[in-house]
Amino acid sequence: MISTILIIGAGQAGAQAIDTLRKEGFTGRVVLIGEEGELPYQRPPLSKKYLCGELATDRLPFRHRAFYDEHRIELRLGRKVVRLDAGAREVALDDGETLRYDRLMLCLGAGSRRLTCPGATLAGVHYLRGISDVPPLQAGLKAGARVVVIGGGYIGLEVAATSRKMGCEVTVLEMADRLMNRVVAPTVSQYFASEHAAHGIDIRCDMRVVRLEGRDRVEGVVCADGSTVAADRVVVGVGAVAVTDIAQDAGLAVDNGIQVDEHCRTSDASIFAAGDCTNHPSPHYRRRVRLESVDNAFEQAKTAALNLLGRETVHDKIPWFWSDQFDNKLLIVGLSQDHDTQILRGDPASRSFSICYLKGRELLALEAVNHLKDYITARKLIADRTPMDLDKLRNIDIPLKEAI
Amino acid sequence: MPRVAFIEPGGGRREIDAQAGISLMENARQRGVPGIVAQCGGACACATCHVYVRPDWLARLAPKEEMEEAMLETAWEPRPNSRLSCQIEVTSALDGLEVTVPAQQGQG
Repeated sequence: MISTILIIGAGQAGAQAIDTLRKEGFTGRVVLIGEEGELPYQRPPLSKKYLCGELATDRLPFRHRAFYDEHRIELRLGRKVVRLDAGAREVALDDGETLRYDRLMLCLGAGSRRLTCPGATLAGVHYLRGISDVPPLQAGLKAGARVVVIGGGYIGLEVAATSRKMGCEVTVLEMADRLMNRVVAPTVSQYFASEHAAHGIDIRCDMRVVRLEGRDRVEGVVCADGSTVAADRVVVGVGAVAVTDIAQDAGLAVDNGIQVDEHCRTSDASIFAAGDCTNHPSPHYRRRVRLESVDNAFEQAKTAALNLLGRETVHDKIPWFWSDQFDNKLLIVGLSQDHDTQILRGDPASRSFSICYLKGRELLALEAVNHLKDYITARKLIADRTPMDLDKLRNIDIPLKEAI
Repeated sequence: MPRVAFIEPGGGRREIDAQAGISLMENARQRGVPGIVAQCGGACACATCHVYVRPDWLARLAPKEEMEEAMLETAWEPRPNSRLSCQIEVTSALDGLEVTVPAQQGQG
Protein backbone atom coordinates (compact mmCIF):
# COMPACT_ATOMS: atom_id res chain seq x y z
CA MET A 1 0.00 0.00 0.00
CA ILE A 2 1.20 3.49 -0.77
CA SER A 3 0.84 5.67 2.29
CA THR A 4 3.63 8.26 1.90
CA ILE A 5 4.68 10.09 -1.23
CA LEU A 6 7.65 12.45 -1.14
CA ILE A 7 8.24 15.03 -3.82
CA ILE A 8 11.68 16.61 -4.02
CA GLY A 9 11.62 19.91 -5.88
CA ALA A 10 8.94 22.58 -5.52
CA GLY A 11 8.91 23.97 -9.05
CA GLN A 12 6.40 23.60 -11.85
CA ALA A 13 6.59 19.79 -11.85
CA GLY A 14 6.40 19.39 -8.09
CA ALA A 15 3.41 21.72 -7.89
CA GLN A 16 1.60 19.85 -10.63
CA ALA A 17 2.30 16.46 -9.08
CA ILE A 18 0.45 17.50 -5.92
CA ASP A 19 -2.56 18.58 -7.92
CA THR A 20 -2.77 15.30 -9.76
CA LEU A 21 -2.23 13.15 -6.67
CA ARG A 22 -5.06 14.80 -4.77
CA LYS A 23 -7.32 15.04 -7.80
CA GLU A 24 -6.90 11.31 -8.32
CA GLY A 25 -8.05 10.68 -4.80
CA PHE A 26 -4.79 9.89 -3.05
CA THR A 27 -5.51 10.57 0.62
CA GLY A 28 -2.19 9.52 2.13
CA ARG A 29 0.72 11.62 3.29
CA VAL A 30 2.27 13.98 0.72
CA VAL A 31 5.46 15.88 1.58
CA LEU A 32 6.88 18.53 -0.73
CA ILE A 33 10.53 19.44 -0.23
CA GLY A 34 11.92 22.62 -1.79
CA GLU A 35 15.32 24.23 -1.40
CA GLU A 36 14.25 27.77 -2.06
CA GLY A 37 12.09 28.55 0.94
CA GLU A 38 9.31 29.82 -1.32
CA LEU A 39 5.88 28.41 -2.02
CA PRO A 40 5.95 26.81 -5.50
CA TYR A 41 6.03 29.69 -7.96
CA GLN A 42 6.10 30.51 -11.65
CA ARG A 43 9.53 30.95 -13.17
CA PRO A 44 8.76 32.40 -16.63
CA PRO A 45 7.99 35.93 -15.32
CA LEU A 46 11.43 36.15 -13.66
CA SER A 47 13.04 37.33 -16.90
CA LYS A 48 10.02 39.39 -17.94
CA LYS A 49 7.36 41.17 -15.88
CA TYR A 50 8.78 40.25 -12.49
CA LEU A 51 12.24 41.54 -13.36
CA CYS A 52 10.96 44.99 -14.30
CA GLY A 53 8.67 45.15 -11.28
CA GLU A 54 5.39 44.97 -13.18
CA LEU A 55 4.42 41.80 -11.37
CA ALA A 56 4.37 41.87 -7.57
CA THR A 57 6.03 39.08 -5.58
CA ASP A 58 2.73 37.86 -4.18
CA ARG A 59 1.57 37.04 -7.70
CA LEU A 60 4.36 34.58 -8.44
CA PRO A 61 3.22 31.57 -6.35
CA PHE A 62 0.85 29.19 -8.10
CA ARG A 63 -1.26 28.78 -5.00
CA HIS A 64 -1.84 30.55 -1.71
CA ARG A 65 -0.51 28.81 1.37
CA ALA A 66 -4.06 27.92 2.43
CA PHE A 67 -4.32 25.59 -0.53
CA TYR A 68 -1.56 23.38 0.84
CA ASP A 69 -3.19 23.24 4.26
CA GLU A 70 -6.57 22.48 2.75
CA HIS A 71 -5.10 19.58 0.75
CA ARG A 72 -2.92 18.38 3.63
CA ILE A 73 0.36 18.88 1.80
CA GLU A 74 3.29 18.96 4.21
CA LEU A 75 5.74 21.59 3.10
CA ARG A 76 9.45 21.42 3.81
CA LEU A 77 10.57 24.66 2.21
CA GLY A 78 14.08 26.00 2.52
CA ARG A 79 15.30 22.45 3.15
CA LYS A 80 17.87 20.59 1.17
CA VAL A 81 18.02 16.85 0.66
CA VAL A 82 21.47 15.66 1.67
CA ARG A 83 21.00 11.96 1.03
CA LEU A 84 18.65 9.63 -0.76
CA ASP A 85 18.85 6.01 0.32
CA ALA A 86 16.88 4.16 -2.34
CA GLY A 87 17.35 0.77 -0.65
CA ALA A 88 15.87 1.95 2.65
CA ARG A 89 13.43 4.29 0.84
CA GLU A 90 14.59 7.13 3.00
CA VAL A 91 15.53 10.75 2.45
CA ALA A 92 17.67 12.81 4.82
CA LEU A 93 17.30 16.59 5.02
CA ASP A 94 19.93 19.14 5.97
CA ASP A 95 18.24 19.87 9.30
CA GLY A 96 18.57 16.25 10.41
CA GLU A 97 15.04 15.13 9.60
CA THR A 98 14.66 11.80 7.82
CA LEU A 99 11.58 10.92 5.84
CA ARG A 100 10.55 7.46 4.70
CA TYR A 101 8.59 7.02 1.51
CA ASP A 102 6.66 4.43 -0.42
CA ARG A 103 6.99 6.40 -3.64
CA LEU A 104 9.35 9.25 -4.44
CA MET A 105 9.19 11.83 -7.18
CA LEU A 106 12.23 13.81 -8.25
CA CYS A 107 11.43 17.22 -9.73
CA LEU A 108 14.91 18.68 -9.40
CA GLY A 109 14.83 21.01 -12.37
CA ALA A 110 17.87 22.48 -14.10
CA GLY A 111 20.55 24.87 -12.95
CA SER A 112 22.30 27.65 -14.84
CA ARG A 113 25.40 26.58 -16.71
CA ARG A 114 28.22 28.58 -15.17
CA LEU A 115 30.78 30.68 -16.93
CA THR A 116 34.27 29.35 -16.24
CA CYS A 117 36.50 32.01 -17.80
CA PRO A 118 38.78 34.21 -15.67
CA GLY A 119 36.79 36.86 -13.80
CA ALA A 120 33.59 34.81 -13.90
CA THR A 121 33.07 35.12 -10.17
CA LEU A 122 33.48 38.91 -9.96
CA ALA A 123 30.76 40.91 -8.24
CA GLY A 124 28.20 42.24 -10.69
CA VAL A 125 27.97 38.97 -12.62
CA HIS A 126 24.45 37.56 -12.45
CA TYR A 127 22.53 34.42 -13.29
CA LEU A 128 18.77 34.18 -13.40
CA ARG A 129 17.14 31.00 -12.20
CA GLY A 130 15.19 31.68 -9.03
CA ILE A 131 13.41 34.47 -7.14
CA SER A 132 16.47 35.22 -5.03
CA ASP A 133 18.50 36.02 -8.15
CA VAL A 134 16.16 38.88 -9.00
CA PRO A 135 16.67 41.60 -6.33
CA PRO A 136 20.47 41.85 -6.72
CA LEU A 137 20.12 42.00 -10.50
CA GLN A 138 17.22 44.44 -10.37
CA ALA A 139 19.26 46.78 -8.18
CA GLY A 140 21.74 47.12 -11.01
CA LEU A 141 19.25 47.70 -13.82
CA LYS A 142 19.07 51.46 -13.41
CA ALA A 143 18.48 53.75 -16.37
CA GLY A 144 21.76 54.23 -18.20
CA ALA A 145 23.48 51.23 -16.62
CA ARG A 146 25.61 49.28 -19.10
CA VAL A 147 24.33 45.72 -19.13
CA VAL A 148 26.17 43.01 -21.01
CA VAL A 149 24.23 39.81 -21.60
CA ILE A 150 26.37 36.77 -22.34
CA GLY A 151 24.34 34.30 -24.39
CA GLY A 152 21.65 35.06 -26.95
CA GLY A 153 19.17 32.33 -26.01
CA TYR A 154 15.67 32.70 -24.56
CA ILE A 155 16.71 33.90 -21.11
CA GLY A 156 19.48 36.18 -22.36
CA LEU A 157 17.22 37.84 -24.90
CA GLU A 158 14.31 38.18 -22.51
CA VAL A 159 16.58 39.80 -19.94
CA ALA A 160 18.02 42.04 -22.66
CA ALA A 161 14.55 43.18 -23.73
CA THR A 162 13.43 43.77 -20.14
CA SER A 163 16.62 45.67 -19.18
CA ARG A 164 16.25 47.84 -22.26
CA LYS A 165 12.66 48.63 -21.30
CA MET A 166 14.05 49.69 -17.92
CA GLY A 167 16.36 52.14 -19.67
CA CYS A 168 19.67 50.26 -19.62
CA GLU A 169 22.29 50.31 -22.37
CA VAL A 170 22.32 46.68 -23.43
CA THR A 171 24.80 44.57 -25.39
CA VAL A 172 24.21 40.88 -26.15
CA LEU A 173 27.24 38.70 -26.85
CA GLU A 174 26.46 35.43 -28.61
CA MET A 175 29.10 32.82 -29.33
CA ALA A 176 27.32 31.29 -32.36
CA ASP A 177 26.76 33.09 -35.64
CA ARG A 178 23.14 33.83 -34.78
CA LEU A 179 20.70 34.23 -31.87
CA MET A 180 18.82 31.25 -30.36
CA ASN A 181 20.71 29.06 -32.82
CA ARG A 182 19.85 25.81 -31.08
CA VAL A 183 16.13 26.40 -31.06
CA VAL A 184 15.01 28.43 -34.07
CA ALA A 185 15.53 28.79 -37.82
CA PRO A 186 17.94 31.41 -39.21
CA THR A 187 15.01 33.54 -40.43
CA VAL A 188 13.64 33.71 -36.89
CA SER A 189 17.10 34.51 -35.48
CA GLN A 190 17.42 37.31 -37.98
CA TYR A 191 13.97 38.66 -37.18
CA PHE A 192 14.70 38.81 -33.46
CA ALA A 193 18.15 40.32 -34.06
CA SER A 194 16.56 43.18 -35.97
CA GLU A 195 13.79 43.60 -33.38
CA HIS A 196 16.37 43.92 -30.62
CA ALA A 197 18.50 46.27 -32.72
CA ALA A 198 15.45 48.42 -33.48
CA HIS A 199 14.97 48.83 -29.72
CA GLY A 200 18.55 49.99 -29.35
CA ILE A 201 20.17 46.76 -28.21
CA ASP A 202 23.65 46.06 -29.53
CA ILE A 203 23.58 42.45 -30.76
CA ARG A 204 26.99 40.92 -31.46
CA CYS A 205 27.23 37.35 -32.75
CA ASP A 206 30.36 35.23 -33.27
CA MET A 207 31.61 36.67 -29.99
CA ARG A 208 33.39 34.28 -27.68
CA VAL A 209 33.97 35.67 -24.22
CA VAL A 210 37.49 34.98 -22.94
CA ARG A 211 37.50 36.83 -19.64
CA LEU A 212 35.75 39.35 -17.44
CA GLU A 213 37.74 42.30 -16.15
CA GLY A 214 37.40 44.50 -13.14
CA ARG A 215 39.04 45.32 -9.83
CA ASP A 216 36.42 44.81 -7.13
CA ARG A 217 33.60 44.18 -9.50
CA VAL A 218 33.06 43.52 -13.17
CA GLU A 219 33.91 46.46 -15.44
CA GLY A 220 34.31 44.87 -18.85
CA VAL A 221 33.89 41.74 -20.94
CA VAL A 222 36.80 40.76 -23.16
CA CYS A 223 36.06 38.79 -26.32
CA ALA A 224 38.26 36.49 -28.41
CA ASP A 225 38.56 39.10 -31.17
CA GLY A 226 40.30 41.41 -28.69
CA SER A 227 37.38 43.77 -28.20
CA THR A 228 36.24 44.81 -24.73
CA VAL A 229 32.68 45.78 -23.87
CA ALA A 230 32.34 48.04 -20.84
CA ALA A 231 29.90 46.67 -18.28
CA ASP A 232 28.26 47.73 -15.03
CA ARG A 233 26.40 44.43 -14.88
CA VAL A 234 26.83 41.13 -16.66
CA VAL A 235 24.00 38.64 -17.01
CA VAL A 236 24.97 35.12 -18.00
CA GLY A 237 22.47 32.99 -19.92
CA VAL A 238 24.53 30.23 -21.48
CA GLY A 239 22.21 27.31 -21.01
CA ALA A 240 21.15 24.99 -18.24
CA VAL A 241 22.20 21.64 -16.91
CA ALA A 242 19.89 19.06 -15.41
CA VAL A 243 20.14 18.75 -11.63
CA THR A 244 20.90 15.09 -10.99
CA ASP A 245 23.22 14.94 -7.98
CA ILE A 246 20.79 13.27 -5.56
CA ALA A 247 19.82 10.69 -8.16
CA GLN A 248 23.40 9.99 -9.15
CA ASP A 249 24.52 9.54 -5.55
CA ALA A 250 21.64 7.13 -4.97
CA GLY A 251 22.79 5.01 -7.89
CA LEU A 252 19.96 5.80 -10.30
CA ALA A 253 20.70 5.76 -14.02
CA VAL A 254 21.77 9.25 -15.13
CA ASP A 255 22.92 10.34 -18.56
CA ASN A 256 22.30 13.96 -19.53
CA GLY A 257 19.45 13.96 -17.05
CA ILE A 258 17.83 11.35 -14.85
CA GLN A 259 16.91 8.47 -17.12
CA VAL A 260 13.21 7.67 -17.05
CA ASP A 261 10.99 5.47 -19.18
CA GLU A 262 7.80 6.54 -20.96
CA HIS A 263 5.99 6.18 -17.62
CA CYS A 264 8.41 8.66 -16.00
CA ARG A 265 9.84 5.86 -13.86
CA THR A 266 13.54 5.91 -13.04
CA SER A 267 15.77 2.84 -12.84
CA ASP A 268 14.30 2.33 -9.34
CA ALA A 269 10.66 1.22 -9.59
CA SER A 270 9.64 3.27 -6.53
CA ILE A 271 11.16 6.49 -7.83
CA PHE A 272 9.70 8.67 -10.56
CA ALA A 273 11.05 11.88 -12.06
CA ALA A 274 9.59 14.75 -14.06
CA GLY A 275 10.57 18.00 -15.73
CA ASP A 276 13.86 19.59 -16.76
CA CYS A 277 15.91 17.06 -14.76
CA THR A 278 14.79 14.07 -16.83
CA ASN A 279 16.04 12.41 -19.95
CA HIS A 280 13.02 10.66 -21.37
CA PRO A 281 11.76 8.87 -24.46
CA SER A 282 9.51 10.73 -26.85
CA PRO A 283 7.40 8.02 -28.49
CA HIS A 284 6.22 10.48 -31.16
CA TYR A 285 9.76 11.41 -32.22
CA ARG A 286 11.15 7.93 -31.51
CA ARG A 287 14.17 9.11 -29.57
CA ARG A 288 15.21 10.26 -26.13
CA VAL A 289 15.08 13.96 -25.24
CA ARG A 290 15.83 16.31 -22.39
CA LEU A 291 13.59 19.35 -22.51
CA GLU A 292 13.64 22.62 -20.61
CA SER A 293 10.07 23.75 -20.65
CA VAL A 294 7.12 24.55 -18.46
CA ASP A 295 4.85 22.43 -20.60
CA ASN A 296 7.02 19.34 -20.35
CA ALA A 297 7.42 19.73 -16.58
CA PHE A 298 3.68 20.01 -16.26
CA GLU A 299 2.79 17.07 -18.50
CA GLN A 300 5.46 14.73 -17.17
CA ALA A 301 4.52 15.49 -13.58
CA LYS A 302 0.93 14.63 -14.36
CA THR A 303 1.94 11.35 -15.98
CA ALA A 304 4.41 10.51 -13.23
CA ALA A 305 1.81 11.14 -10.52
CA LEU A 306 -0.72 8.90 -12.28
CA ASN A 307 1.80 6.09 -12.70
CA LEU A 308 2.97 6.49 -9.16
CA LEU A 309 -0.58 5.63 -8.11
CA GLY A 310 -0.54 2.58 -10.35
CA ARG A 311 -2.41 3.97 -13.37
CA GLU A 312 -0.51 2.98 -16.48
CA THR A 313 -0.11 6.16 -18.50
CA VAL A 314 2.44 6.98 -21.18
CA HIS A 315 4.01 10.42 -21.54
CA ASP A 316 3.76 11.17 -25.24
CA LYS A 317 3.06 14.85 -25.78
CA ILE A 318 4.17 17.17 -28.52
CA PRO A 319 6.28 19.70 -26.62
CA TRP A 320 5.78 23.42 -26.97
CA PHE A 321 7.71 26.49 -25.90
CA TRP A 322 7.14 30.20 -25.84
CA SER A 323 9.14 33.39 -25.46
CA ASP A 324 8.02 37.01 -25.15
CA GLN A 325 10.48 39.66 -26.34
CA PHE A 326 9.22 43.23 -26.58
CA ASP A 327 5.80 42.91 -28.18
CA ASN A 328 6.69 39.70 -30.03
CA LYS A 329 5.36 36.31 -29.14
CA LEU A 330 7.42 33.37 -30.33
CA LEU A 331 5.63 30.04 -30.11
CA ILE A 332 7.29 26.77 -31.02
CA VAL A 333 5.59 23.41 -31.24
CA GLY A 334 7.34 20.12 -31.88
CA LEU A 335 10.98 19.16 -32.26
CA SER A 336 12.67 20.05 -35.54
CA GLN A 337 15.70 17.72 -35.43
CA ASP A 338 15.92 15.33 -38.39
CA HIS A 339 13.93 17.59 -40.73
CA ASP A 340 14.85 17.65 -44.41
CA THR A 341 12.84 20.70 -45.48
CA GLN A 342 12.24 24.13 -43.97
CA ILE A 343 9.45 26.26 -45.36
CA LEU A 344 8.82 29.91 -44.58
CA ARG A 345 5.18 30.94 -44.52
CA GLY A 346 4.57 34.66 -44.81
CA ASP A 347 6.89 37.64 -44.85
CA PRO A 348 8.99 38.48 -41.77
CA ALA A 349 8.63 42.16 -42.73
CA SER A 350 4.92 41.84 -41.92
CA ARG A 351 5.99 40.86 -38.34
CA SER A 352 3.87 37.73 -38.52
CA PHE A 353 5.15 34.52 -40.08
CA SER A 354 5.95 30.90 -39.39
CA ILE A 355 8.55 28.29 -40.27
CA CYS A 356 7.55 24.71 -40.98
CA TYR A 357 9.95 21.82 -40.50
CA LEU A 358 9.20 18.68 -42.45
CA LYS A 359 10.59 15.26 -42.98
CA GLY A 360 9.18 14.14 -46.28
CA ARG A 361 5.55 15.20 -46.01
CA GLU A 362 5.38 14.95 -42.24
CA LEU A 363 5.32 18.18 -40.23
CA LEU A 364 7.79 17.78 -37.36
CA ALA A 365 7.73 21.25 -35.86
CA LEU A 366 6.61 24.82 -36.43
CA GLU A 367 7.93 28.14 -35.18
CA ALA A 368 5.39 30.94 -35.17
CA VAL A 369 6.31 34.58 -34.76
CA ASN A 370 3.18 36.52 -33.87
CA HIS A 371 1.21 33.91 -35.78
CA LEU A 372 -1.07 32.11 -33.36
CA LYS A 373 -3.20 30.52 -36.06
CA ASP A 374 -0.40 28.49 -37.63
CA TYR A 375 0.86 27.51 -34.21
CA ILE A 376 -2.54 26.24 -33.13
CA THR A 377 -3.15 24.33 -36.35
CA ALA A 378 0.33 22.82 -36.28
CA ARG A 379 -0.20 21.23 -32.86
CA LYS A 380 -2.83 18.94 -34.33
CA LEU A 381 -1.13 18.35 -37.69
CA ILE A 382 2.07 17.28 -35.94
CA ALA A 383 0.33 14.98 -33.48
CA ASP A 384 -1.72 13.35 -36.24
CA ARG A 385 1.26 13.08 -38.63
CA THR A 386 -1.00 14.51 -41.34
CA PRO A 387 0.77 14.36 -44.73
CA MET A 388 1.32 17.93 -45.92
CA ASP A 389 1.32 19.43 -49.42
CA LEU A 390 4.61 21.32 -49.66
CA ASP A 391 3.55 23.60 -52.51
CA LYS A 392 0.42 24.66 -50.68
CA LEU A 393 2.48 25.21 -47.53
CA ARG A 394 4.61 27.79 -49.32
CA ASN A 395 1.52 29.79 -50.18
CA ILE A 396 0.58 31.91 -47.18
CA ASP A 397 -2.83 32.59 -48.73
CA ILE A 398 -3.70 28.94 -48.14
CA PRO A 399 -4.50 28.37 -44.47
CA LEU A 400 -2.22 25.82 -42.84
CA LYS A 401 -5.07 23.42 -42.14
CA GLU A 402 -5.83 23.28 -45.88
CA ALA A 403 -2.21 22.69 -46.92
CA ILE A 404 -2.70 18.93 -46.71
CA MET B 1 -14.13 42.29 -2.91
CA PRO B 2 -16.20 41.04 -5.84
CA ARG B 3 -17.61 37.60 -5.22
CA VAL B 4 -17.41 35.23 -8.16
CA ALA B 5 -18.67 31.67 -8.54
CA PHE B 6 -17.18 28.68 -10.30
CA ILE B 7 -19.50 25.81 -11.17
CA GLU B 8 -17.44 22.64 -11.19
CA PRO B 9 -17.98 19.99 -13.86
CA GLY B 10 -19.67 17.75 -11.28
CA GLY B 11 -22.14 20.54 -10.51
CA GLY B 12 -20.52 21.74 -7.28
CA ARG B 13 -20.44 25.49 -6.75
CA ARG B 14 -17.43 27.28 -5.34
CA GLU B 15 -17.61 30.96 -4.51
CA ILE B 16 -14.53 33.03 -3.83
CA ASP B 17 -13.91 36.60 -2.79
CA ALA B 18 -11.81 37.62 -5.75
CA GLN B 19 -9.00 40.12 -5.69
CA ALA B 20 -9.66 42.97 -8.12
CA GLY B 21 -6.90 44.04 -10.51
CA ILE B 22 -5.74 40.53 -11.33
CA SER B 23 -7.27 38.00 -13.68
CA LEU B 24 -10.03 35.57 -12.93
CA MET B 25 -7.56 32.77 -13.72
CA GLU B 26 -5.05 33.99 -11.12
CA ASN B 27 -7.77 34.21 -8.52
CA ALA B 28 -8.89 30.68 -9.31
CA ARG B 29 -5.39 29.24 -9.39
CA GLN B 30 -4.31 30.83 -6.12
CA ARG B 31 -7.29 29.27 -4.33
CA GLY B 32 -6.92 25.99 -6.18
CA VAL B 33 -10.27 25.98 -7.99
CA PRO B 34 -10.21 22.53 -9.62
CA GLY B 35 -10.00 22.47 -13.40
CA ILE B 36 -8.35 25.86 -13.88
CA VAL B 37 -5.01 24.57 -15.10
CA ALA B 38 -3.45 27.72 -16.59
CA GLN B 39 -0.34 26.03 -17.84
CA CYS B 40 1.21 29.09 -19.50
CA GLY B 41 0.54 31.32 -16.51
CA GLY B 42 -1.60 33.82 -18.36
CA ALA B 43 0.46 34.40 -21.51
CA CYS B 44 -2.57 33.53 -23.66
CA ALA B 45 -0.60 30.62 -25.08
CA CYS B 46 -2.37 27.46 -23.97
CA ALA B 47 -6.19 27.60 -23.49
CA THR B 48 -6.10 25.56 -20.27
CA CYS B 49 -7.93 28.17 -18.17
CA HIS B 50 -11.02 27.90 -20.36
CA VAL B 51 -14.40 28.63 -18.75
CA TYR B 52 -18.00 28.97 -19.90
CA VAL B 53 -19.41 32.31 -18.83
CA ARG B 54 -23.06 32.40 -17.75
CA PRO B 55 -24.67 33.88 -20.87
CA ASP B 56 -26.20 36.92 -19.19
CA TRP B 57 -22.70 37.92 -18.04
CA LEU B 58 -21.05 37.71 -21.46
CA ALA B 59 -21.86 41.21 -22.63
CA ARG B 60 -20.67 42.68 -19.34
CA LEU B 61 -17.11 41.47 -19.87
CA ALA B 62 -14.50 43.30 -21.93
CA PRO B 63 -14.64 41.78 -25.42
CA LYS B 64 -12.23 39.10 -26.60
CA GLU B 65 -9.12 40.12 -28.44
CA GLU B 66 -7.97 38.31 -31.57
CA MET B 67 -5.38 36.25 -29.67
CA GLU B 68 -7.93 34.91 -27.25
CA GLU B 69 -10.38 34.18 -30.03
CA ALA B 70 -7.76 32.13 -31.88
CA MET B 71 -6.58 30.34 -28.78
CA LEU B 72 -10.12 29.38 -27.82
CA GLU B 73 -10.36 27.34 -31.00
CA THR B 74 -7.88 24.93 -29.41
CA ALA B 75 -9.81 24.66 -26.17
CA TRP B 76 -11.66 21.50 -25.23
CA GLU B 77 -15.27 21.83 -26.50
CA PRO B 78 -15.45 25.59 -27.06
CA ARG B 79 -18.91 27.17 -27.06
CA PRO B 80 -20.20 30.64 -27.90
CA ASN B 81 -19.88 31.60 -24.21
CA SER B 82 -16.29 30.34 -23.92
CA ARG B 83 -13.61 32.63 -22.51
CA LEU B 84 -10.06 32.26 -21.28
CA SER B 85 -10.16 33.22 -17.63
CA CYS B 86 -6.63 34.65 -17.85
CA GLN B 87 -8.00 37.37 -20.14
CA ILE B 88 -10.77 38.45 -17.76
CA GLU B 89 -9.59 41.08 -15.32
CA VAL B 90 -11.54 41.08 -12.11
CA THR B 91 -13.10 44.42 -11.20
CA SER B 92 -15.77 45.38 -8.70
CA ALA B 93 -18.23 45.36 -11.61
CA LEU B 94 -17.83 41.59 -11.80
CA ASP B 95 -19.43 40.99 -8.42
CA GLY B 96 -21.81 38.07 -8.94
CA LEU B 97 -20.06 36.66 -12.02
CA GLU B 98 -20.66 32.97 -12.58
CA VAL B 99 -18.60 30.70 -14.80
CA THR B 100 -18.62 26.96 -15.41
CA VAL B 101 -15.41 24.96 -15.50
CA PRO B 102 -15.26 22.49 -18.42
CA ALA B 103 -14.85 18.77 -17.71
CA GLN B 104 -11.45 18.89 -19.42
CA GLN B 105 -8.75 21.39 -20.28
CA GLY B 106 -6.44 21.33 -23.27
CA GLN B 107 -6.21 18.61 -25.84
CA GLY B 108 -6.58 15.86 -23.23
